[in-house]
Amino acid sequence: MSAVGVIFSNIHDENIPELSRLRSMGSIPFGGRYRLIDFALSNMVNSGITTVGVITKNNYQSLMDHIGSGKEWDLARKDGGLMVLPPYNDEYESLYHTRLDALKGIIGFLNRRTEEYVVMSDCDGICKIDFGKVIAFHEEKQADITLVYHNEELVKSPYYITFDTNDAGRITDLQINANITGKANVYINIMVLNRQFLINIINNAITRGANSFGRDILAKSVDSMKLCGYEFKGYYAGMDSMAQYYKRNLEMLDSSIRDELFGARDIYTKVKDSAPSKYTETAEVKNSLISDGCVIEGTVENSILFRGVKIEKGAVVRNSIVMQDNVIGKGAQLNAVITDKNVVVRDRRVLSGTEDFPFFIPKGSMV
Amino acid sequence: MQRKKQCIAMLLAGGQGSRLYALTNTIAKPAVPFGSKYRIIDFPLSNCINSGIDTVGVLTQYEPLELNEYIGNGQPWDLDRSFGGAHILQPYQGKKRTSWYEGTANAIYQNMHFMKKYNPDYVLILSGDHIYKMDYAAMLKAHIETNASCTIAALNVPLKEASRFGILNVKEDGQIYRFDEKPMVPKSTLASLGIYIFTASKLFEYLEADDKNPNSSKDFGKDVLPAMLDAGEKMMSYEFSGYWKDVGTISSLHEANMDLLGETPNFDVSDSNWKIHSRNPLAPPEYLGPDSSISNSMIALGCEVNGTLINSVLSSNVKVEKGAVVRDSVIMSGTVIKAGAEVNYAIVDEDVVIENGAKVGAPKGENVGIAVLGKTITIGKNATVKAGEIVDKSIEGEV
Repeated sequence: MSAVGVIFSNIHDENIPELSRLRSMGSIPFGGRYRLIDFALSNMVNSGITTVGVITKNNYQSLMDHIGSGKEWDLARKDGGLMVLPPYNDEYESLYHTRLDALKGIIGFLNRRTEEYVVMSDCDGICKIDFGKVIAFHEEKQADITLVYHNEELVKSPYYITFDTNDAGRITDLQINANITGKANVYINIMVLNRQFLINIINNAITRGANSFGRDILAKSVDSMKLCGYEFKGYYAGMDSMAQYYKRNLEMLDSSIRDELFGARDIYTKVKDSAPSKYTETAEVKNSLISDGCVIEGTVENSILFRGVKIEKGAVVRNSIVMQDNVIGKGAQLNAVITDKNVVVRDRRVLSGTEDFPFFIPKGSMV
Repeated sequence: MQRKKQCIAMLLAGGQGSRLYALTNTIAKPAVPFGSKYRIIDFPLSNCINSGIDTVGVLTQYEPLELNEYIGNGQPWDLDRSFGGAHILQPYQGKKRTSWYEGTANAIYQNMHFMKKYNPDYVLILSGDHIYKMDYAAMLKAHIETNASCTIAALNVPLKEASRFGILNVKEDGQIYRFDEKPMVPKSTLASLGIYIFTASKLFEYLEADDKNPNSSKDFGKDVLPAMLDAGEKMMSYEFSGYWKDVGTISSLHEANMDLLGETPNFDVSDSNWKIHSRNPLAPPEYLGPDSSISNSMIALGCEVNGTLINSVLSSNVKVEKGAVVRDSVIMSGTVIKAGAEVNYAIVDEDVVIENGAKVGAPKGENVGIAVLGKTITIGKNATVKAGEIVDKSIEGEV
């Protein structure tokens, strides 16, 4: 198997505008010490993919800072490795708007590679998937394009693709934003196809002025191409809203989910050399994930704490997601709150959201 | 122009650490885990990079595999450099002679060509078994300003401990006039920390002479430093007043771990102006379960704690099951403490399994010794390890 990876770090930024205002979807913090892109990158590396192009659009400083040379993913290579693909635009073309536009911009990258397949993944969901198996399926079915799906309860989402497959795995009907409820085969934005085939699709699109990969290519090719659906049966956490993001984070408190994602200890991320977390005599911590560099003097329950958080004496943090370098002051109370990086909550402040509408505090706020 | 380094460091990391017993059965002392996520050698290495010294020769000899792998290309300490960086220096087969490192001075002498490659003005000699934060740049500045041939970092120690150290007798300005290696009756309490800065030409000169001396035991403290003093070289002390701990014994290793705890710890590893770098475990954040009870403890990434922790230091990926109690103990990576087990006043090495209901050690108190469990052993169901016992083989429990 030889495949090159392509990760779309920006598509779906509009899903969680609060968090993507200052960063791309891929660099949204998740699960205490990760960024969403860590999962896509780690899946690729763990599947033996050693060349990964990361497509960026705007606000990608934090992403660049996070992935650096790619050494944490073993992707600082002489041959291939990690390649950040910033948007290609000249005086005639504006910044890309769609996936297909973005692909037009990296056609040079795709042309220069020699791998047989391309694995494309977005950063709007996390899972642990072996792309080797998807490619084997793709070969076995002799598919033109294999789309990975997860059978799940459909929740309202800004953009989604659903489809039906026949017994042979071939997609027989593909819907975009169909008005359906209940269980459906939801495309999870992971796709495998032949590299040369992808180049042909892009060239065709340029000639014919097609813009949307979903509408103009996939939806129109159900009969003319062999589109196959690969069912991913593991844990998949899509994130298409703040409420979903909140829920997915708290799902990390479930040990069976944690075991599936992290049991093999092979989700890579940038390391910061923080000191180990310290718990004082007054600390009280239940059912929580705590990252390194924290100092806990207060109470933490059902929560996720990122690096370098300080919970001062008498503070009570419940059902909350507290990002990097926050200080929660003495006697403050947080319930169902998401605080972005570098937030300071002053002593005795009381903040509360609800499960379906967590209270979000933007980066750097002083409350 | 010949490329050169103003100052390079040579880190003596070959020590067996025999007084750490089971903990150094298969690894060198500098590789012994310390302080939840660190190993002892992280401290001198971090001090080097934080002091602007980017060339470090790490001399290994005893059980070097794990230590060599840990240091690797030096990247975690930012010591992967095209000119300089961290280099493992092991004894090697030579055309003229082949020998193990025999004493600290001989170890450095055998790596003369390594040092000369960098054409340094100064050489810093360090050892890999001390826990401390020190700015070597300030010491180097003092060395240059006093125009000394050798500067020795020193700490005032209690008189009763003084005979464990090399003792410096100094004039008011810090110049050393007498040096006694581990004296029975110490004449001062100013102890050498085994941290030396030499003017490179002097070091090379005295190492050559020491090598030719058949009566020398090839040790810095016993031979080279006294020889330099006798020859009238200017030798200065550099007084250090911060936290410094030789973790060469079970009790000092335990004590140094405990020194990290508390709201204002004796030794702070979270100082962002003096970061301690290390090779980081690849693990998710630690998970503290619904039945956990944590007090005054330090926990590394990847741990799963659902029992009780009091005054303890856990390295990465340790599991403490519901109902298990860990008190006043140091638990290293990958160890599992099962339900109902109790660990008191102990050091437990990596990947140990303590089965349900097993009892390790006794509550800390006067005349209670530290229990030590060596790597990868299993303490069986309801089995007991007494206080002060050192165990490096599995103990069967009830079936």
